[in-house]
Amino acid sequence: MAESIRVENVSKTFTLRYHRTFKQVTVAMMKGRDVSDTFKALDDVSFSVEQGESIGLMGLNGSGKSTLLKLVNGIMRPDEGSVLTRGRIAGLIATGAGFHPQLSGRENVFLNAAILGMSEAETKRKFDAIVDFADIGRFLDTPVGNYSSGMFARLGFAVAIHVDSDIFLADEVLAVGDRPFKKKCLEKMEEVRDSGVTLFYVSHAAASVQRMCNRVIVLEKGVVGFDGDVDQGIKYLGYDDGDTDSELDETDELEDDEISGDI
Amino acid sequence: MTELRSEGTGAPQHHPDAPLAPPTASQGLLEVFRRRYLLRLLVRREISARYQGSFLGLIWSYINPLSQFLMFYFIMGKVVGLGSRTENFAIHVFAALIVSHFFIETFNAGTRSIVRNKALVKKMAMPREMFPVASMLVSLWHVGPQLVILLIACVYAGWTPDPASLVAAALGISTIMVLGTALALLFSAANVFFRDFGSAVSILTNFVRFSVPMIYPYTTVATRFRGHTDLYLANPIADAVLLMQRAFWVGTTSDPAATVRDQLPAHLYTRGVIALAGSLVILVIAQLVFSRLENRIPERI
Repeated sequence: MAESIRVENVSKTFTLRYHRTFKQVTVAMMKGRDVSDTFKALDDVSFSVEQGESIGLMGLNGSGKSTLLKLVNGIMRPDEGSVLTRGRIAGLIATGAGFHPQLSGRENVFLNAAILGMSEAETKRKFDAIVDFADIGRFLDTPVGNYSSGMFARLGFAVAIHVDSDIFLADEVLAVGDRPFKKKCLEKMEEVRDSGVTLFYVSHAAASVQRMCNRVIVLEKGVVGFDGDVDQGIKYLGYDDGDTDSELDETDELEDDEISGDI
Repeated sequence: MTELRSEGTGAPQHHPDAPLAPPTASQGLLEVFRRRYLLRLLVRREISARYQGSFLGLIWSYINPLSQFLMFYFIMGKVVGLGSRTENFAIHVFAALIVSHFFIETFNAGTRSIVRNKALVKKMAMPREMFPVASMLVSLWHVGPQLVILLIACVYAGWTPDPASLVAAALGISTIMVLGTALALLFSAANVFFRDFGSAVSILTNFVRFSVPMIYPYTTVATRFRGHTDLYLANPIADAVLLMQRAFWVGTTSDPAATVRDQLPAHLYTRGVIALAGSLVILVIAQLVFSRLENRIPERI
């Protein structure tokens, strides 16, 4: 099978800035304080993904999951190392889609689809399916700035999932949707996964990772802590004890997205 | 998960045989023109967004240059009295105003374009050169109606067009397109790091209006700065303005040949070609700088 994603020795450093204005910088320099500080979000991360694999990317808040997805998506470039991908990439980064708040839902669908690489004809052909999936009714023609966070996420997911992608990135997509929508999303993602698309799924919900993925990568403070079997990965993270949400886990696997979903 | 290409789900769009490549767009401006459909959407969006919620809508794009024109015409032409020395002063001003306004709009809107599209820049992978280029095209779109007004005025004043005018107009406008894109590109990236650049650009654009022969004729410069006009003409915007006047204003004067000889600098077309070439060089430099800065744009915006 072909390699779909190759991440080699990737590091990404962010600059944390204490001072921004001219006045603050001069004062800080005079007092001999640091003007800026850096933070290594990813540190020498390497892995390779085969076409059709579905990866559950897990880790605590701030462990570098979203940064890694942004590098794979091509929003950012790594400082060191290289990221290589094959084919078209679609997906959602950090719950929301890149929508323009002043534009209506309809216009945003076209814009978003164009950015993801769809042609006008392709978008028109899939428009009904997208709108149908998002199910936001007559809000389609109002500016997305007025949408609830749920509606925003629904429309974003609907566009991304309908792109014929080779790699699908799902970053906390289920954190804001309601239960019927989450169910629908998971089903759709399974369908996409089964069609041979490489799936990158970020979630804090052990149950849905177990359902969706056949491999887990755990990030710990920017370093790959674990890479391998799903159940072992969840155990590694300590998400398998089910202390607080054990009963929820038993009643409905979807439920635990809600309480541990990233905010 | 075993079979790569599925038949059912719109398989033609899958690219499993594509080579492994970095996911970031790296071809810069070339990539922008490869994705014309997206560019068109962005331009159309920008045009409709600019007048969203306004009653007069598109009419504002006429009112704005028209008010500037009237101001310059009455203050400079009638009050200060520059008009009496120049034949068809109104057309002289308006032809110049179209290109300088085009440049100012491109520079101003282009500089803010990336910051204004924060929502997209942070979450979507796309060539970011798209935004400044779209700003330039939106400004260019507004040039259209102004050219129509100018043409009507020219015909009314007894304009006799010649092929050379067409070449001059094309040369002048394309110089501004290239230069405007270059500066918009450069400053849009810089504006992400320090918003000060946006404010600085507003001041810079003020100089533009007075550094071109718009409200004063070129002859004033030629007589007062004899021997130093090369410096004045090194400004591509001044060359573009003179080319526009060559295209429209000259044809309305009583003796066009004499006007070209006495009122315009020598070798105007050669200067125009050099200005365009120079602007292209600036564009290449701007692209190189942009590519360097671009790495840090999503995290700093």
